[in-house]
Amino acid sequence: MSTYFLCLILFCVGLYCLLRKRNLIKIIIGIAIVEYAVNLFFILVGYRMHGRAPILHREQEVLNMVDPLVQALVLTAIVIGLATTALLIAIAIRIYDKYGTFDITKINKLKG
Amino acid sequence: MSKMKQDQAGMTLIVKTITRLTVGLILLYGIYIVLHGHLTPGGGFPGGVIIALSFIHLMLAFGKETALKKLDQIRASLFESAGAIMFLSIASLGFVGGYFFLNFIGKGRPFNLFSAGTIPLCNIAICLKVGAGLFLIFVTLVVLSKMEER
Amino acid sequence: MIELHLLLLFMIVAAIIAVEVKDLISSVVAVGAVGLGLSLIFLILKAPDLAITQLVVEILCLIILIRATIKRDLPLIKSGRWHFNTFSTLLFIIIFLTLAYVSLKDLPAFGYPILRVAANYLKEGFIATGAANLVSSVVLDFRAYDTLGEATVLFTAVMGVLVVMRRIGRKHE
Repeated sequence: MSTYFLCLILFCVGLYCLLRKRNLIKIIIGIAIVEYAVNLFFILVGYRMHGRAPILHREQEVLNMVDPLVQALVLTAIVIGLATTALLIAIAIRIYDKYGTFDITKINKLKG
Repeated sequence: MSKMKQDQAGMTLIVKTITRLTVGLILLYGIYIVLHGHLTPGGGFPGGVIIALSFIHLMLAFGKETALKKLDQIRASLFESAGAIMFLSIASLGFVGGYFFLNFIGKGRPFNLFSAGTIPLCNIAICLKVGAGLFLIFVTLVVLSKMEER
Repeated sequence: MIELHLLLLFMIVAAIIAVEVKDLISSVVAVGAVGLGLSLIFLILKAPDLAITQLVVEILCLIILIRATIKRDLPLIKSGRWHFNTFSTLLFIIIFLTLAYVSLKDLPAFGYPILRVAANYLKEGFIATGAANLVSSVVLDFRAYDTLGEATVLFTAVMGVLVVMRRIGRKHE
């Protein structure tokens, strides 16, 4: 219970950064923190107490494994997160080339 | 590009020497992670990223010409398309036995390298796709925006 | 699970530093600390596949982020006065945390999951696919459509980066 709540606090730190900050790089950092928190929440839900990793061994009966399904979902989500972060950074670099700033409140005032 | 200018590209001599020693080991570790993805932790996703990181390591240490000589953009995009086509054709070959994504090859003896049917082949396809895609993203972000500054 | 709580507190402190520090490169390094702490938590929670992937992806993400922030001539950022925005954001976060605290009681307790779908995979996964790594068998056999969608998203992201950064057809600035 307290573990879930700490994970949600991490989510809220990222959300605060996303809503409050005006720098584009800071906004990308906020998105990254939110993404980490969501991935962590999936894994916390699937953890089993005193469980073992879902990998079988030769001549050894492994009982009490943790949930492999959420691990498979998060495995794809991590790589997608990297690709979308790279796309966001490319857009931010282009905005910097055009307007000369990362500040989102100044972007609409300048004309390219 | 002259010889002297090529020596100046990249970082100092210490970094270059260490890179020359370690980059092959990093590539080998990535290939190991991909090929043993169905037996030990790992698989196509981390293996592909490690392989992409070995080329990025080369590019950061020696400058972009040396790395692009080993794997240029056109070949990287070709590898990425090859990975996608390989994954889709493995999936479509499942129609031989019945449905999409059928594991149609025999399972083999468990806990061996050649086992688990189509899963190692799919791992190789995913590795090609992820590695080439991420390397392409890095090259685009570094090279194209650096050319503009000149 | 005291080490889990310690690592979570470390991640929260690193995230607050990453949000609040003025220097952009320090901020990026702090976000790297958050990602590496997440990799350690994955290892504690018995997910070695995810630990390897998160470690490697974090390094690549850090390189790309430093590439974006370096050589841009704005090491210090001015935050400015933005009282209404700060107030509404904090109010929303407090409401969100309160509602989340109420609704978290409906989740299964930590350490005792339901495992309705996954019990099937745990029982039949090794016999049906022959792979010792059950995560790999779920990713590439039972749920291969997810992987196909992931490959599509990755392809779209690469194409998007190429289109945004290319120089052909751009006006001379």
